[in-house]
Amino acid sequence: MAEPRYRTVAADLILVEPLDIFTAVFHRPSGITHLLSEPAPQIMEALVPAPLTLAALVQFLTQRFDLDAADAATTLQARLDELEAVGLVDRL
Amino acid sequence: MGRAVTASARLVAMLRDPGNAHALGLSEWMDVVTVARAELLLGTLAHRLDGLAVTAEVRAVLDDARAEASEVRRTALWEANRVAHALAGLGVPVILLKGTAFVAAGLAAGQGRSIGDCDILLPKAVLPAAEAALAEAGWEWVKPDAYDDLYYRRWMHELPPLIHRDRDRMLDVHHTILPPTARPTPDATALIADAVPLGGGLAILSHNDMLIHAAAHLFADGDLSGGLRNLWDIHALVVEGGADGLAQRAAQHGLGFAVDRAMRLSHALYATPVAPRWQRLTIPDRIFRRRMLARDGWGRGRHPLTRLAFYVRSHLIRMPLPLLLRHLWIKWRKGRAAPASG
Amino acid sequence: MRVGPVGYRLGSDWRAPIAAIEALYRDYPKPDFADYTVRLEAEHVWRRWIRPSVRIGGDYRLPEAAPLPLGQGLLAAELGMNLQMALGHRRHLLLHAAVVERDGRAVIMSGISGAGKSTLALLLAQQGWRFLSDEFALIEPDTGLVVPFPRPVSLKNESLSVIPAGSRVGPLLAGTPKGDIRHVAPSVEALAAMDRPAKPVLILFPRFGFPAATRVLPPAESFVRLTQASTNYVALGEAGFRAMVRLRSTVPAIAFDYPDGPSGVAAVEALWAAL
Repeated sequence: MAEPRYRTVAADLILVEPLDIFTAVFHRPSGITHLLSEPAPQIMEALVPAPLTLAALVQFLTQRFDLDAADAATTLQARLDELEAVGLVDRL
Repeated sequence: MGRAVTASARLVAMLRDPGNAHALGLSEWMDVVTVARAELLLGTLAHRLDGLAVTAEVRAVLDDARAEASEVRRTALWEANRVAHALAGLGVPVILLKGTAFVAAGLAAGQGRSIGDCDILLPKAVLPAAEAALAEAGWEWVKPDAYDDLYYRRWMHELPPLIHRDRDRMLDVHHTILPPTARPTPDATALIADAVPLGGGLAILSHNDMLIHAAAHLFADGDLSGGLRNLWDIHALVVEGGADGLAQRAAQHGLGFAVDRAMRLSHALYATPVAPRWQRLTIPDRIFRRRMLARDGWGRGRHPLTRLAFYVRSHLIRMPLPLLLRHLWIKWRKGRAAPASG
Repeated sequence: MRVGPVGYRLGSDWRAPIAAIEALYRDYPKPDFADYTVRLEAEHVWRRWIRPSVRIGGDYRLPEAAPLPLGQGLLAAELGMNLQMALGHRRHLLLHAAVVERDGRAVIMSGISGAGKSTLALLLAQQGWRFLSDEFALIEPDTGLVVPFPRPVSLKNESLSVIPAGSRVGPLLAGTPKGDIRHVAPSVEALAAMDRPAKPVLILFPRFGFPAATRVLPPAESFVRLTQASTNYVALGEAGFRAMVRLRSTVPAIAFDYPDGPSGVAAVEALWAAL
């Protein structure tokens, strides 16, 4: 099976309000407000141009942020699973 | 008929013929709003009256009700989406029931409707896998109680109720539309075989099966509370999709009696267009109608004796008598054994 | 009776609670239409006379709410009116808060019961502030304005001493689940202005009985505190989110501790003047 790619929810389905230590995201289809802390908002932003595999996402984010490359895959997978469970990210 | 019009009857008249809304005085409106809230029909009424001239005070309440209904709809659709997501691996569509089905399919019966739990129907064979997949996705049992659990599994038509740990929404997973112990035993295989796919892993019952389920729900499930709302579901389904082949299908499920009565009552209360044989109420029908129209302008049920009779009846219809006694006995013993438990 | 934008209708199986409400609400407008109905009901028919106890009913209710003795019927009515708002009201974003206003600029004081917001509101009203609300701040989603909802103030225990002379008060309700309670009707001026909204300029989270201190809340903390203080944020959906974001981003939020009433009043006036 090909490695899954992750797609972020369409921009018109969310309202985003950056606060200081987290970002409040109102998800229209569910009516739920999510309070996202790093790196969840960064993941969602990275997926805006196009869906990415986990490996591509790790590469993209470690280039831009101070992430430990060794742990990054595990951390990002856990965050992706959480984002997928609440409907902010789809697995393709 | 020479007797005072109850507030419930006024509500029914307004649902039937919204064009007369302007004729109502403010104090009558107050009664109608109160009764509509008690019957969970305010959102439906607000949709029926959308665009019609009413006074500002009333319009504000109706606007609120429409806004609330759209939030209810959003929440219900999302819950269905999450259930389908969790059960995608089962390889069978999730058949939505009742209110969630109406809004997912965009039916008139869903407009403004109140929706509580998410009710779904699955083939009995997939229930163990469904249970595991739902637990994996964050659903938990509402009551972790061994007896209730066993009771549900052996005698009821659904898994014990589930609740999602983050979203706090209840989910009822059915494998048929009436308890296996109830006298009518609907043909669950046919219900599932004839379900209509909606896409996204979701489906709804066929039109006639939705009607039959609504009728079964009206008389067999619960104590007729919310009867006006359930009957409105039937009315709206018939107006939108007719009733061709309904009687035959109802007979196949052993629910001809319930469907006949539901159609007669729907015609009598909401002027639903039905075949001539459903246009006359029987004597027992009139008792049902009386019960459904019992609320006064303060939202109180007005015939406590009729209501108690109906409570006992509703228990009887779900379970044959010896089983009912056994159930009450165990409940009673449990109550005695643990008086302090909440 | 009508309180700001909300009309109520109250029914009871007994005469006494209605009489108490009529006395306390004497100066309120009597509308032809009620948004919400509250019913005070006997638990059983015979409990109307024998050890009468009041169950709070109405359009919206909590099934598990414990009944109150008939002597506390006024409290039951007030709780019933609060319940309709908390469970049913969708027209405004509701914050559990007291609101006062001066020069058209409103201060929202939010906090759990016991934080002293009612007492502060009453003390500020005696210093020339207009009283808008004791229990709920009603934020209009379209404008962000705070709409007056001047119900009687409910004062408890040691706060009872701040009731100004000449106020219209309810009976002293001793031994309620929350201690001794007395209701104080807002001034006639506050009631006369109940249809005039105000622009919120300051959100305070007061705490009574601590050494004086103030702390400006960072955005995330004030967002979380405000959503926790709201009884209908979730139910309002997108409108709630938009109203909350606007309130949070346009109105500064400050947590402040105060040791006693007079220093609390002085602190609110200083914070307001410093804006």
